Amino acid sequence: MDMRTPLGKVRGLGSAKSGTDHFWKVRTTSVALVPLLLFYVVFLVMYVGRPYVEVVGALANPFVATINALTVIASVIHMRLGMEEVIQDYVHSESMKLLCLVLNAFFSLLIGGLCLVAVLKIAFAG
Amino acid sequence: MANVTKNRPLSPHLQVYKFIPTMAMSIMHRITGAVLYFGTVFVAAWLIAAASGEESFNQINGLFGSLVGQIILFGYTWALLHHLLGGLRHIMWDLGYGFEKEFSTMLAKANLAASVGLTVLIWIVVLVVR
Repeated sequence: MDMRTPLGKVRGLGSAKSGTDHFWKVRTTSVALVPLLLFYVVFLVMYVGRPYVEVVGALANPFVATINALTVIASVIHMRLGMEEVIQDYVHSESMKLLCLVLNAFFSLLIGGLCLVAVLKIAFAG
Repeated sequence: MANVTKNRPLSPHLQVYKFIPTMAMSIMHRITGAVLYFGTVFVAAWLIAAASGEESFNQINGLFGSLVGQIILFGYTWALLHHLLGGLRHIMWDLGYGFEKEFSTMLAKANLAASVGLTVLIWIVVLVVR
């Protein structure tokens, strides 16, 4: 027997009221991060040990800077959602869970902010 | 009223299952994910240093160039590649493929072999290029 209301079925959001949003964002960011991070790895292998002017010059290239910024944004969303899942799995006390989830959001956004500002500063100001 | 949430049955955890390759790689996927999460501090530090000028850039490169720094970077390279390859397996399963027992066990082993192999390969290239 299905106890769901017709409206609930149409909305498809389930008991947590967010539907497949969490799942979907983790997967889409992960798919985006595959080419982005492969580019990053190749870039780092190419520029490891090179002098400052050369490395910053390469990072300031508009194409590289865009890839960098997108990598930062996708990574921050992915890492926050991933750690959220780990916290919800292992932290059982309600207050501790809340604290961890807030710290997780703050940490992810702080890292994202720092990386993004650095990437944009190099892109615009060298 | 009785506390209904306290006595709910819980699903059994890791210790009751036989340790098999797919399980080991599932655990590794979580651990490498967490390592990558906290390791973003190093990524942010490097980008901030690069954005701050030549002196701070050379300083942080000196830190990453030290023995401890190199070990951290080597570990981070492996964690990234392992998590990336593990992620591809998960995408495959999400699309509904690759659930056969022998195949998924083979893929779990291949995941570990490929991540270690690629990490060593990248580091050989890096050290030869230098």
